[in-house]
Amino acid sequence: MEENTDIWEVFIQSKNGLAHKHAGNVHACDKVMALENARELYTRRNEGSCIWVVKATDIVSSESEDSEAFFNAANDKMYRHPTFYTMPDGAKHI
Amino acid sequence: MNDEIFQERIDAEKKIEPKDWMPEDYRKHLIRQISQHAHSEVIGMQPEGNWISRAPSLRAKMILLAKVQDEAGHGLYLYSACETLGVSREKLVKQLHEGKAKYSSIFNYPTLSWADMGAIGWLVDGAAIVNQVSLQRTSYGPYSRGMIRICKEESFHQRQGYEIMAEMAKGTPEQKEMAQDALNRFWWPSIMMFGPQDSDSPRTGNAMKWKIKRQTNDELRQSFIDKTVGQAEVIGLTIPDEDLKWNEQRGHYDFGEMDWEEFWNVVNGNGPCNKQRLDHHKKAHDEGKWVREAAKAYAKKQELAGTN
Repeated sequence: MEENTDIWEVFIQSKNGLAHKHAGNVHACDKVMALENARELYTRRNEGSCIWVVKATDIVSSESEDSEAFFNAANDKMYRHPTFYTMPDGAKHI
Repeated sequence: MNDEIFQERIDAEKKIEPKDWMPEDYRKHLIRQISQHAHSEVIGMQPEGNWISRAPSLRAKMILLAKVQDEAGHGLYLYSACETLGVSREKLVKQLHEGKAKYSSIFNYPTLSWADMGAIGWLVDGAAIVNQVSLQRTSYGPYSRGMIRICKEESFHQRQGYEIMAEMAKGTPEQKEMAQDALNRFWWPSIMMFGPQDSDSPRTGNAMKWKIKRQTNDELRQSFIDKTVGQAEVIGLTIPDEDLKWNEQRGHYDFGEMDWEEFWNVVNGNGPCNKQRLDHHKKAHDEGKWVREAAKAYAKKQELAGTN
């Protein structure tokens, strides 16, 4: 069987000023091919103004099964949210 | 224990993601279903590709090219989703070539006239849309996201097909006859695209329990027929089923018995074009081998030169 080609994850910025968003992936041998394949596959209807491609093997991800422990540190810090605070009646624009 | 937690997540309408634990049979069912779906998109390029060089106008030709390119794209979305289950694209293609993976039988019928481009877009893509809209809610995250993307692009396919049928139906008597002939040939294979009746579909139980499928074959088929009858009437074509009639009590159309012998015959490889479709795919794959090798060699060279 033939050797697999690399998988590249594709991120698309739909409009100038917005964040790039994950769209999917493509197979490609190098970065130019990855960009061109991503353009053909994900932006045939003007869905993008900029594309990032990243080799899938270069992405580091947290493990979903450990997510509880991993994100635990934020659980008891409700004071980081604005709704934690009591505002006096009648106070406006705050 | 894991199975119970898994089922609870499914019942709570939570999506399953690639790294989550899943029963082995769930993974196998998904690989079979998604790869079959991917292969269908790719093999489905052939009956339409057959008409690109003979399209009756430049407009029709550009549209058909764009549609066939979309089918390639849909195949790639689905291969990507399937790969997240731990199977490589190369292996999936190998399974197709060895006859271990199937694709939708509808693509084993020949496309004899330009009207067939109309019938395929209207009926085959129409049936696919009914199925895919339902699958947007499938429990496996990557499959669901692929379906959402595909559905966004697919409705142009159905409308272009219906437009061809409508144009031909109001053309010369010969053109109308071609349109009717295409409908006659594609109607039954299209409604058989939804698969065997629920009573003969052994895998439906698990697929529904795991919410891979959200509606059964028979429910989807009924929904497609209910949508399509009126569309045929509008353009003055007749659906080739004498038993087709509105059932007030059920609130659905009743329809005739499908020819299941033919269905299984085509599924098992004896349709009019099974061999041709697979041979063509193998040939294209083999002939592209040097391109893939050259691309890899070029990437290697750039890497050594430190420019990649």
